[in-house]
Amino acid sequence: MADALLTIDSLEASYGDARALHGISFFLHQGETLALIGANGAGKSTLLKCICGLIQTKTGSIKYKGEMIGHLPAYEIVKRGIALVPEGRRLFPSLSVEENLMLGGQVERAGPWKLESLFSLFPILKEKRNLPSTSLSGGQQQMVAIGRALMSNPDLILFDELSLGLAPIVIKDIYDRLADITASGLTVILVEQDVTRALTSASRFMCLQEGRVSLAGAPQEHSRDAITTAYFGT
Amino acid sequence: MEIINALIQGILVGGLYALFAAGLSLIFGVMRLVNISHGDLIVAAAYLAWTIVQATGLHPLLCLVIVVPIAAAIGYLLQRGILNRTLGKDILPPLLVTFGLSVIIQNGLLQTFSADSRKLDAGWLETKSFEVLPGVAVGLFPVLIFATAVATIWALQYMFYNTKWGRAFRATSDDPEIAQLLGLDNRKVYAKAMAICFGVVALAGVFFAIRANFDPFMGPARLIFGFEAVIIGGLGNLWGTLVGGIILGVAQAIGAQLDPGWQVLAGHVAFMCILTFRPRGLFPRTSA
Repeated sequence: MADALLTIDSLEASYGDARALHGISFFLHQGETLALIGANGAGKSTLLKCICGLIQTKTGSIKYKGEMIGHLPAYEIVKRGIALVPEGRRLFPSLSVEENLMLGGQVERAGPWKLESLFSLFPILKEKRNLPSTSLSGGQQQMVAIGRALMSNPDLILFDELSLGLAPIVIKDIYDRLADITASGLTVILVEQDVTRALTSASRFMCLQEGRVSLAGAPQEHSRDAITTAYFGT
Repeated sequence: MEIINALIQGILVGGLYALFAAGLSLIFGVMRLVNISHGDLIVAAAYLAWTIVQATGLHPLLCLVIVVPIAAAIGYLLQRGILNRTLGKDILPPLLVTFGLSVIIQNGLLQTFSADSRKLDAGWLETKSFEVLPGVAVGLFPVLIFATAVATIWALQYMFYNTKWGRAFRATSDDPEIAQLLGLDNRKVYAKAMAICFGVVALAGVFFAIRANFDPFMGPARLIFGFEAVIIGGLGNLWGTLVGGIILGVAQAIGAQLDPGWQVLAGHVAFMCILTFRPRGLFPRTSA
């Protein structure tokens, strides 16, 4: 834990009076992929928003590369190497595909990801680089969202509902590319409704239930029933 | 020939209205802020130019090199210091704060400069004219205003669609939360947009002050003309704003031709007609 890339301790978060996270604690080492699973409303997206600075935390701590970042705004956190691929892609409709990607690169962190390397990973985006981003298919839009996050050359990338609204064949394609992306040692937190896929893609998992950690560990350490119970609470 | 003359004069004055409106259009497009004090800021810029001309003896157009940067700096600071705090899901706070700003500017100008009307004297530039058709002459200065309006809107359009700043403006306008995730500090992005807006306001203020007498209470009418140009053209469309300004100018010129008392009214009637048949304006932005 001492040399963890990310350490979260007793983290709490609220939306007004409604508390969404109750004392979440976990750590993540460089190169690990953590699957974050749980039913709707369990607090998965809230946790990601806390890590990337969209929700500023008052109780608990988020330590990244030895620095407390819980109080920092999102535009400072991305400069330190944390990127989010948001739920529903949320591309900028006024910007072309290439402009969306270039905006991701405007923090100018050093690393392997540039326009050309992204176009090698997702060749279809090179063909469609000048089109409005929202004119693309769902799968292609997800590629742009992933590319936009990679352009900041993060050390930790957060995927929120990567497969949401995509056809199975497209999901398989996206996950195949994800293996290429993480092969370089990128650390990943993966929020995914497709539990089976999430568990096969991750080295560890953490299940949330009503804002609390209900189960955590390596996927092979726990039975299917234990995970189902932790997921649904029954 | 009189109607052709009215049309040409209307088109040219439309350039000034487009200058009044361009900053409004930009700011609404980037941060959905309706600045009620926009007209008063134009008048304040005119007074700033008048003060500089009085102090230095510079030609009014030359004083733009001083007025525009000062205005841009004020715009940046105003956004960082006050207006950013008003932005959010509720549209009421920015309306109220800029309304308050409008009152403060008018009374501040009245206290400082009195109610006497002023004017910037550009000498021969104001009187020089040339004949474009037999019996139809156009003034050099109105042509200069129109050319400046076209150049300004072209420059804003270019900046918006071809530069890093423009990309940041469009992204922040589309989704401010995601823009932050990519490293954009929205407060700074908005302040840069306001600085550009104030630069255009300064340009409009100086041309306005050369063209006509001004006093501390002329702002609200400039705001109305600016609003009408923006809405006729379609919200968020800068070239549409130029067209809106021209339509307003032409309507006023034709109204004045029919009866001098109908000049302003004819502009408002044209605005109302267009709003009735095209509630989103002639060329609304459709992408976002």
